[in-house]
Amino acid sequence: MIRLSSNDAVAAAAFGADETDAEAANGSATDEVREAMLSELQEELGEAVVGSHIAAGVDITVRVTSEAWAATAEFLKREMGFAYFNFLSAIDWLPSPFGRDMDSQVDLALDPDAEPVEPEAMEQGLAGGDARFQVLARVNDIAGHRAVTLKADVDDAAMSVPSWVPVYAGANWHERETWEMFGIDFVGHPGLRHIYLPGAFEGNPLRKDYPLLARRVKPWPGIVDVELMPTDETDAEVPETPATDTAAPAAPVESAATASGAASAAPGEGTAPVESAATAPVESTDA
Amino acid sequence: MTAVSSRRQLNYIAAQAADARVNLEIETEGMTLNIGPQHPATHGTLRIVAKLDGEQVIAADPVMGYMHRGYEKLSEVRTYPQVTTLINRIDWLGSFANEVPFILAAEQLMEVEAPPRSQWIRTVLFEMSRIANIVLFLGDMAVQVGAVTPVFFAFRDREHILNQIEAATGGRFHPNFDRIGGLKDDLPKGWIVETKQVMKKMRSFCNEIEELVMGNEIFQARTRGIGVVPADIGLSYGLSGANIRGSGVDWDVRRDGTTGAGGLVHNELDWRVWTHPDGDSFSRFWVRLQEVRESTRMVDQLLDGLPSGPIMAKVPRIIKVPAGEAYVETENPLGVMGYYVVSKGGLAPFRVKIRSASFNNMSITPWLLTGVYVPDIITILGSLYFILGDIDR
Repeated sequence: MIRLSSNDAVAAAAFGADETDAEAANGSATDEVREAMLSELQEELGEAVVGSHIAAGVDITVRVTSEAWAATAEFLKREMGFAYFNFLSAIDWLPSPFGRDMDSQVDLALDPDAEPVEPEAMEQGLAGGDARFQVLARVNDIAGHRAVTLKADVDDAAMSVPSWVPVYAGANWHERETWEMFGIDFVGHPGLRHIYLPGAFEGNPLRKDYPLLARRVKPWPGIVDVELMPTDETDAEVPETPATDTAAPAAPVESAATASGAASAAPGEGTAPVESAATAPVESTDA
Repeated sequence: MTAVSSRRQLNYIAAQAADARVNLEIETEGMTLNIGPQHPATHGTLRIVAKLDGEQVIAADPVMGYMHRGYEKLSEVRTYPQVTTLINRIDWLGSFANEVPFILAAEQLMEVEAPPRSQWIRTVLFEMSRIANIVLFLGDMAVQVGAVTPVFFAFRDREHILNQIEAATGGRFHPNFDRIGGLKDDLPKGWIVETKQVMKKMRSFCNEIEELVMGNEIFQARTRGIGVVPADIGLSYGLSGANIRGSGVDWDVRRDGTTGAGGLVHNELDWRVWTHPDGDSFSRFWVRLQEVRESTRMVDQLLDGLPSGPIMAKVPRIIKVPAGEAYVETENPLGVMGYYVVSKGGLAPFRVKIRSASFNNMSITPWLLTGVYVPDIITILGSLYFILGDIDR
C-alpha cells in the first residue's frame, strides 16, 4: 500500500523499526504519573508551589509564585524532560464590568435605567489564586506522554513575570501576544513589541474591562436574537442621564448614546465626546 | 526520538559558512526585502521583512496581524454553540477539525459523552478534512519550487472530498456540524459507498504526486537539506504535526494524547505514525504525503466498522457549561490545535485560549530563515505549511 521511491527506501528502513502500536500509549497517563510529577515539582521548588489541581486521568494544573515562574520552566525542561513548549497565555479573572457577561439578563449599555449590577466577587479557577491576572502555560514531555499546565499569579502593581524565552525559544511570540493583549510585562524578553495590533494601538484588548465596541451597540446575541433598528436621529429623546462624566472611559457615555437611538453613529470612542456636547445645550434650554 | 541526519546538515552549514566568508570579503551592502503581505506562498496576508546580504538572509521578521479577528475576545460574548461558527474560520482548509477540540473541551466540562456512532462519524469527517487540507499542500508545495501543474491536480481531486463533506454536512468549507454531545445529523444514504470510491481516488492522487513531484530531481534539489530543523530546536519552538515528525520526533496526538479526551476513535484503528529523520523541507513534504495515505486507510476502516445507534447524546436545549477549566488538543491537519476553555457556569465561555498550530510553527521562522538564500525562503515557508487564519486567529 505505501509505496516508496527508491531514494526513500534507505531512510524508511532506518526508521521503520520504531513502528509503534496505536493502542500502546494512551493508557500511560494515570493519576500516579501526575501525582509523581507534582511531588517532584514540590520537592524541587518547595514553597514556590502554591497550588495544584489534578483531574484524575485528565490533566494537572500547578500554580507557582511569579518569582519562580522561570525557574519552574528551567527545572521542567532540564530535569524532568518537558522539552516541548506548547503555549503561553494569561487569564483575566475580573468579572465583566459591563453586566452583559455570561448569562446576565441585564444589559447596561442598552438600558440606562438598569441599576448598576454589583460586580461578582472575583473567583479564580483551578489551583486557586489571589490575583486578577494569571499567566497560563503548558509544556509537554513528548517521550513520557506527559503534560502540565502551569499558572502564576501576576502582581497587580508590578504586572510582570520573568520571561521564558531563555528556556523555551518558542515563548517569544506567545509572550509578545500576552504582553499586547493583557499588558503583562515579561522581564528578560528580547523585544516586547506588538505582534497582531498596529504599533500605535492603546489598551489591552483581552482584559475584561476593555469594551468590545461592536457589542456595545447591539444586544448580546446570547440573550436576544433580534437587533434593534436604528431610529432617526432627529426623533431622539434627550437621555435622562446627561453624559457629563468626561473623565470616565467610553462606556457610560455610549450607554446613554445608545439609548437615545443614536446607535447608528459609529461606536468609536472618538464620537462619544461629540455627542455629549450636542445634547448638553438641549438640556439647558429645557431647564 | 531520532536525531536528524547530521552529515547532510553539517554539509549545509559548512556551505553557508563558506558563502558568508565570501560575502564578507566582497563587503556587499545589505538591503531589506519586503515579502508580502500579498504573496502566493503565504496562504493569506503575511509580510516578511528580510534583511539581505547579497542573496543571503541575515535576519527575517514576519509581520502578522493583517487577519487578526479577535476570536478569543469574541468567544467571550457568544454561547458555546455560536463559538463553533467562529472557530470554523481559523484553519479554513480543514474547518471541521477546528470544531472538534473545542466541542470536546465543552463535553469534558459538561461530562457528556457523544454516542459511539457520532464519535466514529466525527473521526471520519476529522480525517477527511485532513485529506482536503493536505492535498492542497501537496499541490501547492510544487508551486513554491516553480512547478505549476500539480496544483491543478490538487484542486481537481480535493473537489471529490469537498463534495463528500458537503453531502454529509451541508457546507463545503465551513461545516459547523459538530455539536456538544454528538453531531447535527446522520450520514446521508449512499454516502459510505461514494466516500470509499473517493478514498481510492485520493490514493491514486498520492501516487500521482509522488511520481510527478517527489521523484522530480529539481524538487529534490530545492528541498533536500534546505530548512533543516533539528529536533530539539523544533521542540523548544513548539512545532507540531508533520513539521516535528519531519524532524524525527515520533509524536502524534491522535495516538499520544495527554488530555484524556475521548470523542475520537483513532485508537480503535490500525494505522501508524510516519516520521522522517532529516528535518528538511523534503521530509516535511514526505511525511504529509504518507499522512494522507494513512488517513484514507483510516476512513476506509472507520466506514467499515461504523456502529449503529443514536447520533446525539441527551443534552439540554440551552447549553450551560458548568464552572471549570478544560484543555483539549487534537492532531489537526496543520499540527496540534487546542482550546483552553474557562467556564464560570454560564451560556458563554469566560475565556477561550486558542492554541493554534500555525502560530507555533511560524514562530521558528526568524531562526530558520536566517542564513538561507532568497529562493529558499519560499520553499521553506511552503514546507512549514501555515495558514494565516490559523496564525492570526
